[in-house]
Parts: sequence; structure tokens; C-alpha cells
Amino acid sequence: MMLEGRVKRTYIISTIVENRPGVLHKASNMFRCRGFNIDSISVGATERKDLSRMTITIRGDSATVEQLVKQLAKLIDVIKVSVLSPGSTVVRELALVKLYVADGRARSDIINYANVFRSRVVDVAPGSITVEVTGSPDKIDAFITLASTFGIKEIARTGITALVRG
Amino acid sequence: MVEMSGSQALIEALYKEKVEVIFGLPGGAIIPVYDVLLDSKIRHILGRHEQSVAHMAEGFARASGRVGVCMATSGPGATNLVTGIANAYMDSSSVVAMTGQVPTSMIGRDAFQEVDIIGITTPITKHNFQPKYASEIPKTVKMAFHIASTGRPGPVLIDIPKDVQNQTADMVFPNKVEIQGYNPNISPHPLQVKKAIDLLTKAEKPIIMAGGGVILSNTSQKLQAIVELLLAPVITTLMSKGCFPENHPLSLGVLGMHGSAEANKLISEADVILAAGVRFSDRTTGKLDEFCPDAKIIHIDIDPSEIGKNKAIDVPIVGDLSKTFDMLYDSLAKRLEKREDSPWLKKVRQTREEFKGIIIDQGKGLSPPKLLKKLRELLPNNSVITTEVGQNQMWASLYFKVFEPRTFISSGGLGTMGFGFPAAIGAKVARPDVPVIDIAGDGSFGMTANSLATSVVEKIPVIVVILNNSMLGMVAQWQRLFYNRRYSAVELGVAPDFVKLAEAFGAQGFRIGSIDEFTKVVKGALKSEVTTVIDVPISPEENVFPMVPAGKGLKDTIYG
Ligand SMILES: Cc1ncc(C[n+]2csc(CCOP(=O)(O)OP(=O)(O)O)c2C)c(N)n1
Repeated sequence: MMLEGRVKRTYIISTIVENRPGVLHKASNMFRCRGFNIDSISVGATERKDLSRMTITIRGDSATVEQLVKQLAKLIDVIKVSVLSPGSTVVRELALVKLYVADGRARSDIINYANVFRSRVVDVAPGSITVEVTGSPDKIDAFITLASTFGIKEIARTGITALVRG
Repeated sequence: MVEMSGSQALIEALYKEKVEVIFGLPGGAIIPVYDVLLDSKIRHILGRHEQSVAHMAEGFARASGRVGVCMATSGPGATNLVTGIANAYMDSSSVVAMTGQVPTSMIGRDAFQEVDIIGITTPITKHNFQPKYASEIPKTVKMAFHIASTGRPGPVLIDIPKDVQNQTADMVFPNKVEIQGYNPNISPHPLQVKKAIDLLTKAEKPIIMAGGGVILSNTSQKLQAIVELLLAPVITTLMSKGCFPENHPLSLGVLGMHGSAEANKLISEADVILAAGVRFSDRTTGKLDEFCPDAKIIHIDIDPSEIGKNKAIDVPIVGDLSKTFDMLYDSLAKRLEKREDSPWLKKVRQTREEFKGIIIDQGKGLSPPKLLKKLRELLPNNSVITTEVGQNQMWASLYFKVFEPRTFISSGGLGTMGFGFPAAIGAKVARPDVPVIDIAGDGSFGMTANSLATSVVEKIPVIVVILNNSMLGMVAQWQRLFYNRRYSAVELGVAPDFVKLAEAFGAQGFRIGSIDEFTKVVKGALKSEVTTVIDVPISPEENVFPMVPAGKGLKDTIYG
């Protein structure tokens, strides 16, 4: 059990919080104070106006994640915390990837690849092209690896958001 | 619904929370509240520094079990409160602090005396609020008191912009509040309690480790009932000293870096530890890996995040101590046969004999252990003791026996020099019927000695016993023991003359040179209507023993 406690993997933690100024600060301040190194955090609306959803990803062992969950739950503005299990969760992230385009050949290659990844070209300019990729973080990583062969100008990733299936 | 200003609503809401006293110090951004306060029935006690008013509120809270309230202006008033708020946070004390803030239209513009006290206090409060409209004030106060005083208690700050204090609104005062993300009434899981019972009934060498949670939940009597069923010795922490009478044959005293010899020794031999309302702090456990590695640990706490935070636990029980103790008692009473004695208790008695008097008899003349033993004899059992921080605190913890809960008040988590004296003033306000004594060091007392003005002017007489070694004694002790006697920045010299200092404030001061003089002066002080400062010169070379060197395990205790 001790050993298992030390194995690191990526956890997705979904949190329902009061939709109020300062709530994100309280959560992120707690992460810093207690030394939790978060990979990503995204905050957005829910089906209720008074509540927001905060989705956090962290790479860590189960003991660390257990502490993080408890410390989050302890915050008065946090209403519910759940650790999502990968098997039963829909996970999505969005990335905007701006690529250098050397010539027309490169441009059409990029558009082809974008289609294969079921992503969309959202902006075309003389020296660059911007692609919107949505999917699991792995899929986005794969696209970025591929894109780097053309030369990446800028990337913006949203961090993941997630819901339990069903 | 009644129309009134934010300030009026604040005072009305405090009144509805049965607040009788506020410790504070005004300034521009909180004048509207002070103006309303003038006409209210709530007593205001004027401090001389905001750190002290926060400590006073905490002393009040810890002596009474009620919420302590303090108030300050924006900017420097608010930042001066910070040490006091942090102290209350570390020791889980129910304090509500209120600060003035610059008007909402000026927030974020570096206005005069603006600080982001919400940002500053986020990691040191249980929660904080900044109402933006006057109409939010009644509910905010209700929530603040609810949060501060329930579950695991802690400080809550309400930061009120000046325009919000002045704004009028139709006020609704709720009788109760529900906070979606806060459910402090946690009942223990019966299955976990059963696991605990199984361990406890089979234990051959059980020990009870009672923490500050026992005091906070007012469960001393329930604890005692369980102890007498189990016939298990009890160890406390600095925070819970007094939750179990220290003259009881099963009391082993306080555990930790300066724990009693028998506590530190016997806990390492226990096979089952019932840890109730403790947080396994490093000053209590010593090196964690070496803390009872073979014992099975049952940990009860109302704060789930405490369980497994520092120490891996065999049987975690998340729950209110009062309910959990009831369940434990009922099952134990059914399952245990009446016990009279056991080999383990024999061992406890032997160990106690072994260590008897080894420390207290060390040292000549006015040795702190002897002085504190004498002080105990001179005081009624229900006297409230506060301490400063350093050697004085550890001597008090080791050698001043305490018999009742809420009668020993010390800065445990933050270790704040200067806490004891203002805390004593706050405690005396809560318990005017009993003597209140601050056991002090000269360095610590110097930090908040200006509260003498408050104690004299507001007629709150307390007694300060300064164990005066002219040193930052505890730091000097470390330098003596671990830095080859290289004293760096610890010699305080002879300043100030504490007798004259006391007199300058209108208090009385005495310097004593013998135990007999000490006795006489303490007896007089107990009858005095003004604060008494007793300056007791002791050797600058005194060490506190036993001691577990920092980073070492409890078994590495040194005895002198
Ligand atoms: C506000 C604050 N500053 C510094 C310290 C570090 N410190 C711990 S004990 C101590 C010495 C305390 O001296 P004194 O109050 O004279 O007590 P003694 O140890 O001599 O009994 C110091 C400086 C502290 N605990 N708190």
C-alpha cells in the first residue's frame, strides 16, 4: 500500500465552487502554500449561475492527491471535489497552434494534417497559419509534435476540462 | 426589515451574536463603526498595538470557549493584526477580526492606508470576507461567527470598505445561515469506530494522546471516562495541557521536544495509540519516521485534512470528538471487563519512579522548576496561566501542573513571543473571577509590554512572572548546546528595569531574590487590584531539560 502511494500518475480533479470573486485566488493560494505543483487549472461556468467548475490536473502520488482533495474541500467556497477516474470521464482540451508557413506546399500539408486530426484552420496570414485542435491532451500533444516539424510560432492551450460520463 | 447604515448593522449583528467585548484600536477607515460602538452596550477595550488586540481576543476565546472579537483600521492597523491572526489560525482559536478598508471606489489604487488584507490573510484565516454592499453585512457576520466557532475553529476576517460602513440599506438579520460548502457536523463512521474498539480491546500497552481538539470540543470529562475504562495512560500536547488533570495517576504530562521524560519514553513503547484531536506537529512527535513506528494508531479529528497529513494512520476516524467519545465509551463499556491493574500500568509506575525528581532537583537558588512548583502551590486550581515563548514556556509546560481545561493558554503552533501578556488580559476579561498569570521571559514580555497601559487603564489586573535571564534564553540554549556556546545576538543586557517599567504604567512591580520573597509577592499580587509584574532574576545559563534536539526522534531525549 505504501508503495502504491508513491507511484506518480496524472489525476484530474473536478471541483464545484461558489461563483464569486476571490475563489480562484483562495484555491491557487492554497496550492502554493502547501507546495502542490499543479499542471493545469481551468475555470468556467456550469449549468447554475451561482456555481463554477474548476478542473485541475496534477501529476503526483495518491497520498499527495488525497491531501490536495482534502485541502480543497476544506475551503469554505468549495462545494464539491471529485477525483475523476480516466475510464469513465470525458476529457477535452483546446489548443490554438500558430505555425510558420514557408511556402504553398507547407500550407497545404498543414491543412491536410489538420483534417486528419479533425481540427480546424481558424486563421491564415501571409507567413503563418493558426489551427484549433480539440481533444484529449494526448491528441493535442501529438498534433504539436507533428506541427513542430513546420516550426511553431505560438501555442495557447486551455488546460483540460472534464465531465463524468452518463 | 430595518433601514440602517452598514456600521449600525455590524454592531447590531455583533450584539445578536452575544458579543460583549471588542478588543481594538481605531483609525480613519473604521471611524464609522467606532462612532456607532460608542452608543452600544458592547464594551470596547483599547489596545496599544493591534497585534496585542488580536492576542487579547484569542486569550478571551481560549479561556471562555466563546468567539473573541478584535478590530483595527485599514493598512498598518490590519497588517499589525496579522501576527495575531496567524497565531489564532495555527492554534485553531475562534477569533473574528474586523478591519476597515478604503472605500470601494479606491480599492486597487494604492490609496492611503490601503493594503490587500484579504490577500494577506487568505492563508492564515479559516475564511475571510469583504462585503461590497451594506446589505450583506448581517449575513456576513452570521457566517463569520458560524465558521469561526464550529467544526475545527479558526479565525475569520471581515474587511469592510468605508463606504460600505456608511451606506444605508434595508437590513435583514438571519437567525441562521447555511453555507453549501461547509458542513462542520461530522458524525464518525460506525465501522471505523468498531475498528478502533477492536484495536483498543486487544491492546496490551495502550496510550491516549489527547490534543488541543479535546479542549476545543469541551470533551475533557468524556476523555476521562474513557481513560478510566481503558486504564490507559494519557499524554497531552502543549495545546491540550489541562484537558486531563496532571495530578491524575494516569497523566504522563506533555509530549514532545520538551516533553516529560515519561511521556517521551512510554509513547515509544505503546502498541496502540488513541490520538484524539491532535495534528502530529513536529514539535510534538520529533522525527516522524521514528515516531512510534510499530504502534497501531487510531486518529480522530473533525478536520479530514489532518488525517494522514503528517503521519500514516491505521484507523482514521473523521468526526466530532464529542460524538466519537460517546460511541467509543458505549462500546468499550460493553466489551471491556473491569480492569484494576496490568503489566503496562506497572511499567508506567516504574518509569515514573525512574525519572522522579531528576530534573526538578537540578539547579540551585531560584531555579525555574522550583519557582513554578511554588507558584502552583500558591494559586487556586482554576487559575488561568498563559505563557510567552521560549524557555519560560517549556518550563511552564514541564513543571507547572494544570488540572482543568482552558486554564493553560500558550502559543503552540506559531510560537509567538509577546502572546502571553495580551492573551492574559483577554483571558482575565473572560474570567474576571480567577487569577490570571502570564509566565514570561524578559525578551517576550518586552514585545507587548505596552499592553500594561490597557491592563491598568481598563482595570484588568493580571500577574506577570518574568523568568528573567537577560537573554533570549531559548536561542541561547541552542547556541550553548549545538553551536559551541557561540552567543550571537541573544544577550539582552539589563534593559529595561521591569519594576520601573511596570510603575511607569501605573502597575506595580517587584524584583524578588528568594523563594520566600516570591511567595510573599505572589500572595500580595493575588489580592491586588492592579496588574503586578514580578521580576525574577534567574541564571542566564539555565537550560530546559529534557530536550529532544531538533530533527531527532523522541528516543534521543537528553536529560541534562
Ligand atoms: C516574535 C518572535 N521572534 C523570534 C522568535 C524566536 N525565539 C524563540 S524563543 C526566543 C527567545 C525568547 O526569549 P525570552 O522571551 O526572554 O524567553 P526565554 O527563552 O529566555 O525564557 C526567540 C527569540 C519567536 N519565537 N517569536
